[in-house]
Amino acid sequence: MSDTVMDKGFFAPKGGSKIMEWLFTTDHKRIGMLYLWAILIFFSVGVCLGLALRLELFAPGPTIMTQQAFNAIFTLHGVVMIFLVVIPSIPAAFGNIFLPLQLGAEDVAFPRLNMFSFWLYIVGGGIALTSLFTAGGAPDTGWTFYVPFSSISTTNVSVAVLGVFVLGFSSILTGLNFIVTIHRMRAEGMTWLRMPLFPWALYATAWIQVLATPILSITVLLIAIERLLGMGIFDPARGGDPLLYQHLFWIYSHPAVYIMILPAMGVISDIIPVFCRKPIFGYKTIIGSSLAIAFAGSLVWAHHMFVSGMSDTAVMVFSFLTFIVAVPSAVKVFNWLSTMYKGSIRPEPPLIFALGFIFLFAMGGITGLVLGSAGTDMHVHDTYFVVGHFHFVIFGGTGMGLFASMHYWFPKIYGRMYNKRIATWSAIIIIAGINGLYFPMYLLGLAGMPRRYYDYLPQYTDLHQLSTYGSWITAMGLVLMFWNLWHGRKHGRVVGKNPWGAATLEWTLPSPPPTHNFDEDPIVTHGPYHYDGLIPEEDAVNESEGDK
Amino acid sequence: MSEHPKDYLGAKMGMWLFLFTEILLFGGLFVLYAVTLQRYPAEFHEASKMLDTTMGTINTIVLITSSLFAALAVTALQKADIKKAKIFLILTIILAGVFLVNKYFEWGAKIGHGIYPGSPDIADWAPGKQAFFALYYTMTGLHGIHIVIGMAVLGWIYWLIEKEKCTPDYFIVLENGGLYWHLVDLIWIYLFPLYYLIA
Amino acid sequence: MHTTDTIKDTEHHGPSYTLFVIIWAILLVLTGVTVYAAEIDLGFLNVVMALSIATIKASLVTFIFMHLKYENLTFKIMVLMAFAILSIFIGLTFFDTAYRVAV
Repeated sequence: MSDTVMDKGFFAPKGGSKIMEWLFTTDHKRIGMLYLWAILIFFSVGVCLGLALRLELFAPGPTIMTQQAFNAIFTLHGVVMIFLVVIPSIPAAFGNIFLPLQLGAEDVAFPRLNMFSFWLYIVGGGIALTSLFTAGGAPDTGWTFYVPFSSISTTNVSVAVLGVFVLGFSSILTGLNFIVTIHRMRAEGMTWLRMPLFPWALYATAWIQVLATPILSITVLLIAIERLLGMGIFDPARGGDPLLYQHLFWIYSHPAVYIMILPAMGVISDIIPVFCRKPIFGYKTIIGSSLAIAFAGSLVWAHHMFVSGMSDTAVMVFSFLTFIVAVPSAVKVFNWLSTMYKGSIRPEPPLIFALGFIFLFAMGGITGLVLGSAGTDMHVHDTYFVVGHFHFVIFGGTGMGLFASMHYWFPKIYGRMYNKRIATWSAIIIIAGINGLYFPMYLLGLAGMPRRYYDYLPQYTDLHQLSTYGSWITAMGLVLMFWNLWHGRKHGRVVGKNPWGAATLEWTLPSPPPTHNFDEDPIVTHGPYHYDGLIPEEDAVNESEGDK
Repeated sequence: MSEHPKDYLGAKMGMWLFLFTEILLFGGLFVLYAVTLQRYPAEFHEASKMLDTTMGTINTIVLITSSLFAALAVTALQKADIKKAKIFLILTIILAGVFLVNKYFEWGAKIGHGIYPGSPDIADWAPGKQAFFALYYTMTGLHGIHIVIGMAVLGWIYWLIEKEKCTPDYFIVLENGGLYWHLVDLIWIYLFPLYYLIA
Repeated sequence: MHTTDTIKDTEHHGPSYTLFVIIWAILLVLTGVTVYAAEIDLGFLNVVMALSIATIKASLVTFIFMHLKYENLTFKIMVLMAFAILSIFIGLTFFDTAYRVAV
C-alpha cells in the first residue's frame, strides 16, 4: 500500500456539506465514530468530575468545594459516566462499527433507526446537562435518584430524569437494531456457531437492553410525575412504598451492569485468541456464559437492598441467586486463561489492555462476592468498599475493554498504527493507577468510611490521599494513551489489512473499510478463530524494529 | 419509511421487539399494582366499586372491536382490496376516538367528585384506597397516551396508503401499525378486570 | 369464505375475515363472562378468575389478531421470553413484599 495516497474509505467526503453528511449519516461506521467521539468527550467530562471529587477528599473538611457542590458533582459524575459513557460505550461505538462487518453485512438492519438512536443519545445527554443550569440547579440525589429524597429535592431532578428517559430509549433502539441485525443480516455461511464472540456478547446485551431498560423508563417517569403531579405512588402515607422504587430501579440497573460488562467481555474474548495464535478455549461455553449472565443477571437485583428493610426471605433468596452469576463470569475468566495456555503469545498493546481487564475485573468480581453475601454486606454496605468494587469492575473492566477495543481496531479504522511502545506504557500506567485509586477504597470501606460523604474523620486521611494520588496516575496514563492515539491517527505508520493476523471478517476489508463494506457478499466457510495460514503482519515489523 | 427495507421478516421482528419494550414499560406498573393489591385487598375491593363498570365494559367492547378492524384492514390490504382496507382503518381510528371520549367523561366525573391524587377530598381516605386511584390514573393515563400515539400512527399509515407508499405488495407498515394497535388493546384487556372487576 | 383452508395457507395471505370475526365474537363473549363472574363473590378467586379470562383473551389477540400463530418458532420463543421475564420481575418482588414483617 502506498504511503502517500491513502484510501480514505468511509471517511472520504461524499461531496456537499461535511457536517451535514456526518450528522445525518446512516452509515453504521460513521454513526459508530460519532458515538465514539461523543462518548470520549463525555468520558473526559466524567473524569474531570471524578478528579475534582478525589481532590475534595484529599483532606478532611472543606477542601475545594461546598457540600452542595460535592453532592451535585458526585451525582453528575454518576449520571454522565453511567448513562452517557459506560452503557453506550462498547456497543454503540464499536458494536455499530464492527457488528455488521463481523457478520459480513452491508449495514445494521435499520440504518435510519440507528441514526435516530444517536440523535436521541445526543438530545438525552443535552437534556441531562440542561438540568445543571436551569431552575433549582444540578440534582443532588446521586445517580440512583432514590425516593423520597428525589421527589422532594429542590434541585432540578425532573429535567435530569427526563434526560435519562430519552437516553434509555436510545439504548433500547440500539439493542433492538442489533438483535434484528444478528438474526437477519448474517452473511451466507455465517451460522450462529461461526459468529465471533463479540456479536454473541452484543446479542446477549441487546436482549437486556430491550427487556430491562423499559423498567428504568417507567421508573424515572414515575419520579417525574411524582414531582409534577404529586401522585403519591411512593408515599407510605398514601399507600405507596418507597422500597418499590428501589425494586424498580434495580430491576433495570442491576441488569444494566451486564449491559456494561458483557460487550467488554466479548471484545476480550475476540482479542485474546488473536494474540495467542490459538482458537478460543471453550467457544460454546463462552456463548453459554454470556446468555447465562444475561438471564441470571435479571434475577438478582435486590442484592442492592439488603439493608433497606426488605423482608429477610428476600435477603436470603437474592443473596443465593447472586452467587449464580459468579459462575458464568468465572467460566469466562478460566476460558481466557486456558486460551493463553501454551499459546504463542504476542504482547501487543491490545493484549496488555486485555490482561489488565482480566486482572482488574477479577479484583472487582471477587469483592462482588463479599457484597453479594448478605452477612458480609451488612458490614460494608454503602461504604467505600462498594465504590471500590464498582469502579474495579466498570473502569477496570468495561473501561479497559473499551481501551483494548480502541487499540485493537485502531489500525482497521484509520489504516495506521499508533506508537506501540507508548501504548504499552500507557496501559501499564493506567492499570497501576486504577489499583492505586481504588484499592485504598476497599480498605476505607472495611474501616467504615461511608460513601458519598463530603467530610471524614482524620484516621481515614492517609488512605484517601493514597486514592487521590492514584487518580493522578490514572489521569496521566489516560492523557498519554489518548495523545498517542490522537497522534497515530494522522502520523502513525501505515499498515495493511490485517496487522494482527485476525480471522474475523472485518480484517478482510481495506483499512479504513469502504462505505459499502464488502464488494461482494462474503461466503463464510470457517469459524472466527481459524488462524491457519494467517501470519500477523506486525510480526515482521516487530522483528525489524528489534534488529535496530 | 419511504425506502423499502429489503427484509419483511426483519421489519416485523423489530416491531415485536419494540412491543416487548412496551409490555415491560407497563410491566413496571404491573409490579406496583400486584404488590399494592396484595397489601390492600379490602381497600382495592372498595375503591374498585367506585369505578363505573358499565363505562369500562363499553370501552372494552369498543377497543376490541377497534382491534378487529385493524386486523381486518391488514387482511384487506393483503387481498389487494385497498378501498376496504381504508374503510377498516378509518373505523379503527374512529373507535379509538370513541374510547378516548368515553375515558374523558369517566375521568372528568371522577375528578369532578374530587377523586384524584393530591385532592383534599381523599386525603383522609385509607392509604390503600388512595393508592388504588394513584395507580388507576397512572396506568389508564399512560394507556390513554398510547391510544393517542396509536391514532396518530394509524392516521399516518392511512396517508401512506393514500399516497400508495403502503401497498398490497408492501404492507409491512400497516401490519406493524396493526401490531402496535393490538398491543394497546392487549394492555387494556388486563387493565379492565384489574381496575373495574375486582369489586 | 373458506375458513378451514385459510388457516393452512396463511403463510402468505394471513387469516380470513371470517376467522377474525369469530375471534372477535369470542372476545366479546369472554368479556361478558368476566363481567358476570365478577358479580359472584369468590374472595381472592375473583382476581384469579379475572386474570385467567384476561389471559385467554390476550392469547386470542396475540395468536390470531397479531398473527403469532403463523409466525416461525423464533418469534414465539421471543414472545415467551418477554412474558417470562416480566413474570420473573413480578414474582421475585413478592419474595420481599409478601414476607415483610407488618409495616
